[in-house]
Amino acid sequence: MRAVDAIMECLKAEGVEHVFGIPGGANLPTYDALVDAGIRHVQCRHEQGAGHAAEGYAKATGRVGVALATSGPGATNLVTAIADAMMDSVPTVFITGQVRTELLGTDGFQEADISGITMPIVKHSILIQDPRDIPMAIHEAFHIARTGRPGPVLVDVPQDLSRADITYEPVDSVDLPGYQPTTEGNTKQVRLAAKALANARRPVFYVGGGVINAGASKELVELSTSDSFPVTCTLMGLGAFPAPHDQWLGMLGMHGTRAANYAMDEADLIVCVGARFDDRITGKLSEFAPRAKFIHIDVDPAEISKNIPAHIPIVGDAKNILPRLNAEYRALGADSSRLDGWWERIRGWREKHPLGYEPGEDGEIKPQRMIEALYEATNGQAVVTSDVGQHQMWCAQYFHFDAPRNWINSGGLGTMGFGLPSAMGAKVARPAEHVVCVAGDGSIIMNIQEMATCVTEEIAVKVFIMNNGYLGMVRQWQELFWDRRYSAVEMGASPDWVKLAEAFGAKGMLIEKEGDLIAGIRECLDHDGPVVCDIRVTAEENCYPMIPAGSAARDMVG
Amino acid sequence: MGEPGTKEILSLDDLQANAGFRTGRRHVLSILAENKPGVLARIAGLFARRGFNIDSLAVGPTEDPTIARFTLTVDGANHPIDQVTKQLHKLVNVIKIRDLEPSEAVSRELALFKISADGDSRSQIMEYADIFRGRVVDVSKRSVTVEVSGSDDKIEAFEHMCRPFGLIEMVRTGEITVSRGRGAT
Repeated sequence: MRAVDAIMECLKAEGVEHVFGIPGGANLPTYDALVDAGIRHVQCRHEQGAGHAAEGYAKATGRVGVALATSGPGATNLVTAIADAMMDSVPTVFITGQVRTELLGTDGFQEADISGITMPIVKHSILIQDPRDIPMAIHEAFHIARTGRPGPVLVDVPQDLSRADITYEPVDSVDLPGYQPTTEGNTKQVRLAAKALANARRPVFYVGGGVINAGASKELVELSTSDSFPVTCTLMGLGAFPAPHDQWLGMLGMHGTRAANYAMDEADLIVCVGARFDDRITGKLSEFAPRAKFIHIDVDPAEISKNIPAHIPIVGDAKNILPRLNAEYRALGADSSRLDGWWERIRGWREKHPLGYEPGEDGEIKPQRMIEALYEATNGQAVVTSDVGQHQMWCAQYFHFDAPRNWINSGGLGTMGFGLPSAMGAKVARPAEHVVCVAGDGSIIMNIQEMATCVTEEIAVKVFIMNNGYLGMVRQWQELFWDRRYSAVEMGASPDWVKLAEAFGAKGMLIEKEGDLIAGIRECLDHDGPVVCDIRVTAEENCYPMIPAGSAARDMVG
Repeated sequence: MGEPGTKEILSLDDLQANAGFRTGRRHVLSILAENKPGVLARIAGLFARRGFNIDSLAVGPTEDPTIARFTLTVDGANHPIDQVTKQLHKLVNVIKIRDLEPSEAVSRELALFKISADGDSRSQIMEYADIFRGRVVDVSKRSVTVEVSGSDDKIEAFEHMCRPFGLIEMVRTGEITVSRGRGAT
């Protein structure tokens, strides 16, 4: 059979039901094979959109997201999505067409060295040189993308090789001598960690997206509630521990709660599970958690002691390690009352510094209120995606995620324009659920073309634009740290979002008064199709609290 | 050091200080990787990304033709090298990495020196070559080419000796290293 037909067989064998992409010259054969493959293809309007849609699909399900693009500009348009998937460890496979082998390296039409371009931003990449290698390459790509610390894998297929006639035999297993992720944590280390937990008087669980990737939220909750351990999550970890829970401190980091950041500051033991001590978490590194010892559980050994030296590193899969740590901890029979004083201190911070904002006057919609209203109107039962900026932080603060995979955003790379296409991917994966995208008026336009995809493919995502007329987060920094010299942050003449929505064939709505919020949001949710809802919020609201750049957690402001 | 987002103006001295974490210890990394196109670029890329200069690099097949050995020497601080080796381990094509202690390994490098030589100096150069257990591999009316192998110290010492005569060209292979004893490197 043709190599491209073998690719389809491989995709089906990997359980792929949906792919996102755009055809072009170099991947014509792939798209021909797709006609009869029985895989749903979502035809996007820009390859970046296809890439983020694949990410949204993966984040919403834990399955591998797949995006297809042609050579040259098709492939380079994927680059932001690939970098995004790398930073946030999203299991994705990108299959690009490449010019014919005889044209490689000759500046052929639509040629770009995509495997070279993406080398620093992929978990792995494979440039096909022999068509007989294609089936194995596809399976290796899926294996690498989803195991260990997940990430993006690129398979670049020259057009002539994709048309080659090959003998296809199903592949049962892949053998990669240089790729053997450690999954089982070292027993001695686990035992040591249990003892440290039992001796800790001011412990904190610091939980990242790795727990969600590992599918270990249940195991995390079991361990942290086996005693009254306080839990905080990173932006990527939200939902790994239910926000309504009594032991939840809120998010930590630059725009985290004071309770969470102060607890980190005073902790004597920090149990980091699937997080990476990013600079948005630590603030000033030399003053981060100065009293703490660190247990660091991560599947990626390169994360251990990268930014903060770990006292007890445990390399492995959280799903494997957490239950064992729990059993070891329980066996020690630690006295829970040792944590009473710690909780008293934490409750004090909580009471003194709850998240809050000045309510709007005369029907003015405060941006925080907008997120609260979204939470109320959905009963918290929605998949929420976002772009990057103030609205993203307010979502993290005011939408109380109680389950994993309901919060999809670009954390590491911070990609504006991520929200709409990733919502599209999430909605394709979970069609029965509400999928809402919260965007800024600055960021939504970066991938607005995907509204056409949503309308054509009947993907009923609901976009809520937090419209303040500014690139809000940049404006906030200019106001606070650059003497309010506003430079290129006013949005000026943005489109009429309602008309724009209608021009795409979607429903458009405008909400300007606080009193209309809940009903308006419900109307959007009830509408049977994609919606763009323009919500006018306070123009110059700042996102607080905040650890100013380069400061320590205890110096939070706002 | 301020964050990129703050207004603070950074003095060049501050920038210098921040980059001054290198200890200068020399590292010899011995890397086994699949013998495939692009592997060298992936390895080199991890050094380039951190602004590390690779001092020497030798690549060749091993006793198993599907596997290549890369021997890299890098001048760097202990901690950053540790991060690079961890990142190298993450490359799917990389099978094994060792940061070899000089005392636990035998290192050799081959160098060719093309030196200006007339009647008098030629015999002196040949005498030096002899002392360094080098070999004269080419002679012309106005030059002599000497092959020297050994540790990098020895090669540098020979370089030092022949410079006064007029060193026309020097070509070095980069160090190759094997661990001492029966065990594999």
